Amino acid sequence: MGLSRSSDGTLSRVPPVFELIGIQKRFGSVQALDGADFTLRTGEIHALLGENGAGKSTLMHIAYGLVRSDTGDVRMNGVVRRIASPRQARELGIGMVHQHFTSVPALTVAENIALAAGWAVVPNQLRDRTRRLSERLGLPLDPDQRAGRLSVALKQRLEIVKALAGDARILLLDEPTAVLAPAEAEELLRVVRAFTEAGGSAVLITHKLDEVLSAADRVTVLREGAVTYAGTVAGQTVESLTAAMIGPESNRSSSFTTVHAGAPRATAKRELIRLQALELSRESGYGIAIRPAALIVGSGEIVGIAAVEGNGQRELLRAVAGRIVRLRGRLEVAQPVAFIPEDRTSEGLIPELDLTENVALGLGLDAPWTRRGWIRWGEARARTADLLQEFGITASGPRARAASLSGGNQQKLIVARELSRSPAVIVAENPTRGLDVVAASAIHARLRSAAAAGAAVLFHSSDLDEVLALAERVIVVARGVISEVSPQASRATIGAMMLGGDG
Amino acid sequence: MARLSRLAWAVAAVVLGLGVLAGGLEAMGYDAAPALGALWSGAFGSWYAFTSTTLVRSVPLILIGLGIAIAFRGGALNIGAEGQFYAGAIAATWVALHVAERPAPVAVISVLLAAALAGVLWVALPVWLKLRFGVIEVISTLLLVFVAELLVSLMVLGPLQERGHIYPQSDAIPDSARLPLIGGTRLHAGFLLALALGATLWFVFSRTWWGFKLRAVGLGPRAAEVSGRIDSQRVGAAALFLSGAMAGLAGGVEVSGVSYALYPNLSPGYGFTAIAVALLAGLHPAGVVITGILFGALEAGAGAMQRDAGVPAIAVYVVEAVIIIVALLATAPKGGWSGARVMRRKRPVASKAA
Repeated sequence: MGLSRSSDGTLSRVPPVFELIGIQKRFGSVQALDGADFTLRTGEIHALLGENGAGKSTLMHIAYGLVRSDTGDVRMNGVVRRIASPRQARELGIGMVHQHFTSVPALTVAENIALAAGWAVVPNQLRDRTRRLSERLGLPLDPDQRAGRLSVALKQRLEIVKALAGDARILLLDEPTAVLAPAEAEELLRVVRAFTEAGGSAVLITHKLDEVLSAADRVTVLREGAVTYAGTVAGQTVESLTAAMIGPESNRSSSFTTVHAGAPRATAKRELIRLQALELSRESGYGIAIRPAALIVGSGEIVGIAAVEGNGQRELLRAVAGRIVRLRGRLEVAQPVAFIPEDRTSEGLIPELDLTENVALGLGLDAPWTRRGWIRWGEARARTADLLQEFGITASGPRARAASLSGGNQQKLIVARELSRSPAVIVAENPTRGLDVVAASAIHARLRSAAAAGAAVLFHSSDLDEVLALAERVIVVARGVISEVSPQASRATIGAMMLGGDG
Repeated sequence: MARLSRLAWAVAAVVLGLGVLAGGLEAMGYDAAPALGALWSGAFGSWYAFTSTTLVRSVPLILIGLGIAIAFRGGALNIGAEGQFYAGAIAATWVALHVAERPAPVAVISVLLAAALAGVLWVALPVWLKLRFGVIEVISTLLLVFVAELLVSLMVLGPLQERGHIYPQSDAIPDSARLPLIGGTRLHAGFLLALALGATLWFVFSRTWWGFKLRAVGLGPRAAEVSGRIDSQRVGAAALFLSGAMAGLAGGVEVSGVSYALYPNLSPGYGFTAIAVALLAGLHPAGVVITGILFGALEAGAGAMQRDAGVPAIAVYVVEAVIIIVALLATAPKGGWSGARVMRRKRPVASKAA
């Protein structure tokens, strides 16, 4: 909205140290990057912003040699380079801190650094070398501590020391503060600042707008694989960056159709999910996932949770689904509950089992074909065959192994199974992740008709579009706090709320 | 389809094993043909040979193998059945020597129950270590084998030593504690027990929720928990306990049906051979019965081969080893040491999301 590429102010005289020009990358049917440009200058912290799936990680993986671009150039100090592997990237002075920890838990800090930097493993020498390095970087670490025993903040510190061990001049940080408490995040950003002041350059991938505004010099915003803004941070606001991230609301090309249930809602809704002062710990056991919260979802409602990964929505959904039992406060959920977990092949089904067995797995002892612990497989198979037909699942039959199905059909099978128990409450995590538009809208239609039939639907999608398209009511979970979004709220407002602003 | 190819693998394994044995014998200067002939006739040559040596030796293999099938289906790698077998044998002997006055059925049943219970107790420590500290059962069950073997030695030199205090073995158990023999052979009722348990497990595995739950936990513990709301740890622990009970029972059956006394080296490695039996059978109960008889035949034939052809009986272990290797190949998970290749194949577009 009124954003154009602004001139870069004083920094424009600094030559670019690293450039990615016209990068295209396609994964199967998904165009992850569509002609993206990125310019990193000496001495700057450059934020890379975008929604999930906008192409941020892919772009940095190309820069680090983990992924090859289809077209486009990589230039260092003006010279075109081919970076074919992380090893080459390190040799060129590029270090990367990944979203997830990459240290070997059983090895010591010093050994992990040696492993990453390619040092010879000579025990005493290693210890001194590690100590010197970490002190020079201002990131003290105990060389003899096992990596697995470090706190989350220290693990993150180790990742950075590893990335800088090979005398990197360019540091790529993929959501480094996502796992950190605010104070630790500030500490980390100070370290990155010290690195750039000493002549290094850093790219900071993040979801957190306040971090961009306070820590970065320049920012590049990606949307659907293309750059929507590149320039200085000065003069930008949470609103302008959000707009660049998610696009103008009017002409947004949405892959989801918004169909709100036409029928007027029943005036006296039955309350099917009721939370009172519910408090949840993180799944990892480290910290609080959901702060004392209240929420009521009634019959026929579809409530979408908008949230950035790791803000407590996962724990909230799993508690409602009855998959997390350790909680404080009150949680009442009408039974039966259908649950569509995020990870199809590790949580939703067992690929080695056939389709009938996977249906039987989910329905358990509630299924009509089980009686006093006995299973009548013939009945289960017949019912599965019905489900395949009813939900339009392409498979050779109920005896096909789940592994033989495409992702979309696997997801349909899970949805079919869960809806076949006539649930009062449906809980779904990213119900259409990785599916094409047709498969996704089929699943949306199923969820809508289940709600129309009286079920309460509570779901999260990391795609804000999907939340807005499917939900009649949106709530935001940010840093463990649940807040209701007013029906008039704009996309930008929701975006800001998701990032922890006040909306 | 899958079952057919498994059968093909099993047959190929046996043929290959016998071929390697024949080649090895020739290379070492033995005459392979009479040796293999002796192997065959020792195992299947007569009704007596078949029942009194082959089937007698197959009983512990089938019983333990069924237990291993339970454990492995549930993803619990019980490698120490040999130890549980000895625990069962000790308990069976102890109880048998104290129930002489009881009528036969009561005596035999209490002997076998004590043996099964001892097997359960012998895996209790590995189960606890696994649940409490995550100690892998492969190590803990295996190490307890040595403890069990030493305990047998301790028993037969101490509390259970025979009255004369000369030999390292127990007194013979009273007649009332012995399993009845079948029709003039040395085959005892333990064989029928093994068949009955095999049939029962077949039903449990194929028709019951528990049997299905066991397989689900073995193949996908996360999905079993999240989608099936199954307590994976509990199922895994139950699988270990049951496999311990089966191995303990095998020890009791061996004492009550074959040896009638406790002594060291009671088992020629039944607990380990049974792992191969279960794997070769694809963890299927009917398969375990068949492969159990096959391995029983090999061990029975080995004795005849030594007697009649002058070939050391241990040569037969070559056959067993080849079969085990082929069985492992047939059931091996795809991928290298780290499993990274498998993961890459499963998630071709893992780096798609930004």
